[in-house]
Amino acid sequence: MTLRIVVCVKYVPDAAGERRFAGDGTVDREGVDGLLSELDEYAVEQALRIAEGSDGEVDVTVLTVGPEDAREAVSKGLRMGADRGVHVEDGGVHGSDVMGTSLVLAAAVEKAGFDLVLCGMASTDGAMGVLPAVLAERLGVPQVTLLSEVSVGGGAVSGRRDGDRASERVEAPLPAVVSVTDQSGEARYPSFKGIMAAKKKPVVEWDLDDLGLDADGVGLAGAFTEVVEAVERPARTKGEIVTDEGDGGLKVAAFLAGRKFI
Amino acid sequence: MAEVVVWVDHAGGVVAKPSLELLTVARRLGDPVAVVAGEGAAGAAGVLGEHGAVRVLVSEAPEYGEFLVVPKVDALAAAVGAVGVPVAVLVSSGGEGREIAARLAVRTGSGIVTDAVDVEVGADGGPVAVQSVFAASFTTRSRVTRGVPVIVVKPNAAPVEAAPAAGAVENLDVVFSPAAVCARVVERAGREASGRPELTEAAVVVSGGRGVGGAENFAVVEALADALGAAVGASRAAVDAGWYPHSHQVGQTGKSVSPQLYIASGISGAIQHRAGMQTSKTIVAINKDPEAPIFDLVDYGVIGDLHTVLPQLTDDINHRKN
Ligand SMILES: Cc1cc2nc3c(=O)[nH]c(=O)nc-3n(C[C@H](O)[C@H](O)[C@H](O)COP(=O)(O)OP(=O)(O)OC[C@H]3O[C@@H](n4cnc5c(N)ncnc54)[C@H](O)[C@@H]3O)c2cc1C
Ligand SMILES: Cc1cc2nc3c(=O)[nH]c(=O)nc-3n(C[C@H](O)[C@H](O)[C@H](O)COP(=O)(O)OP(=O)(O)OC[C@H]3O[C@@H](n4cnc5c(N)ncnc54)[C@H](O)[C@@H]3O)c2cc1C
Repeated sequence: MTLRIVVCVKYVPDAAGERRFAGDGTVDREGVDGLLSELDEYAVEQALRIAEGSDGEVDVTVLTVGPEDAREAVSKGLRMGADRGVHVEDGGVHGSDVMGTSLVLAAAVEKAGFDLVLCGMASTDGAMGVLPAVLAERLGVPQVTLLSEVSVGGGAVSGRRDGDRASERVEAPLPAVVSVTDQSGEARYPSFKGIMAAKKKPVVEWDLDDLGLDADGVGLAGAFTEVVEAVERPARTKGEIVTDEGDGGLKVAAFLAGRKFI
Repeated sequence: MAEVVVWVDHAGGVVAKPSLELLTVARRLGDPVAVVAGEGAAGAAGVLGEHGAVRVLVSEAPEYGEFLVVPKVDALAAAVGAVGVPVAVLVSSGGEGREIAARLAVRTGSGIVTDAVDVEVGADGGPVAVQSVFAASFTTRSRVTRGVPVIVVKPNAAPVEAAPAAGAVENLDVVFSPAAVCARVVERAGREASGRPELTEAAVVVSGGRGVGGAENFAVVEALADALGAAVGASRAAVDAGWYPHSHQVGQTGKSVSPQLYIASGISGAIQHRAGMQTSKTIVAINKDPEAPIFDLVDYGVIGDLHTVLPQLTDDINHRKN
């Protein structure tokens, strides 16, 4: 039997570029450079490693929910080596908060069919770090999240979760939702072969109708939260910068003393 | 008065400082009802009462330690049920806290706001959460519009304040859901305490990056930290090189800190590092490269070699102390 892995990947504004809000309190995703959230590359990587390490058939689907440009996140996953893609795009999704996004993702994951859902630890924009847990709750399957090491075998997933107080080995039966951290292993660069092969891989496009979802339950209309205000923080004013001429440490000490830190 | 449910993070009954901060936030909104689950939970009741908990709901069961996250969601859901309709549920930020809060939000049909740096009282008496987003370049104010507002609050969002209250201890009945006993913890290795303050709670953080140049050289960073009573942080480059443990990483995928004083040494100031320290009150950097982006943020900067600047600084501090 084929092991079906669905990797959730998010298309986000490039952290190195300009990030801003639109008038409706949502993130301005137009006219800003976007990319596959770097933390989701780690999830794609782990899916590919699981596939490479398996004696059986493994099918890796990359799934994104987002506007037209978000298709690039799927393409990146395919160039890295995933087998197929799903892009959920619908004007009604605009402005979804985590409740709406997770509703759409859960429906899409079910429709695609899965034994394992792999996510990044957080997106690099909203950075809530909760979507994998929410997805597990919605799908009614175990969550095995924030793994820095992951393996699949014997109908179960296991891995290492490094928390603040302890490092734990955890395991759960499949199907399950897993999220991986950026400690899980460097993500590969797409090879020339991968780039060429990606062009022929199937990508399906679904909208809310295809998923049997009502537009009222998602998007700005269906949101459970409201951004009342978003204001740009003034840049920090640059303080004094000195060059060390043998007394750099003493100068810092004087500064710290002036501010009553010592 | 309306009740506010506060999830308490503790280790064997020793309450984490951010949970006491939550009680300060909760008192702005109503009467805090604290929920403590896990081994030794009852031991936390005293300190919770001293900091304003009107009621303390306690549940001790082995499941909290044996399975991942979901048993705690069951406990929090039971507590919300016991209260009725609380004005808000507050949980402190951290990998597990966020996940508990999020699953509770789904179960109760509520919205959630994560990583609040402050919580204000809105016109309707409900919470308005202040978030610092996009590497602290924007400040947003958000409200939960459906269900019981679930707010995840970052450490240092409020001071810990003594506020003696009844602290009436009640046993919380929790029936674990089938989902609670699925993801099993098969092994656990506790972290060694460094004896230094907890990174996210420290008033002063001294961090080292790739410029430190090796694991053994972190001794100069640690010496300065000890002179200042500070926690030690590290950039991802230093952590990836194996020079310092990952649990000390500051930044987007590490800890986010907001101390009174942050000293960055041998750190360039990449956006992902800044995301975790940009809200520090005072920032000092030591870097060889005058063009390093970290200098755009500093209150005081030294262009120089950290291997000479840090020891001199440490000596001078120790000298001033004696
Ligand atoms: C600055 C900012 C603050 C926000 N704050 C809140 C808030 O407090 N409450 C709230 O309800 N919403 C909030 N949102 C909206 C929320 O971020 C989005 O709804 C989002 O799609 C889900 O959360 P996340 O991206 O933060 O996910 P995270 O939980 O950080 O992401 C974890 C993983 O989920 C997967 N994933 C997430 N989104 C998608 C997607 N669209 N397609 C495919 N995979 C995905 C990825 O694998 C990702 O690595 C905020 C958004 C922004 C930009
Ligand atoms: C998705 C993602 C998440 C990330 N998350 C994080 C995160 O959480 N935290 C984080 O820190 N990074 C994170 N990064 C990595 C980040 O982009 C940078 O690569 C990293 O912060 C660089 O660390 P650094 O400043 O120590 O090293 P470098 O950028 O190499 O800088 C070293 C600095 O040290 C200076 N230096 C060298 N020698 C000396 C000396 N003797 N004395 C004084 N100065 C000296 C140099 O001039 C230089 O400025 C993330 C990246 C990605 C893509």
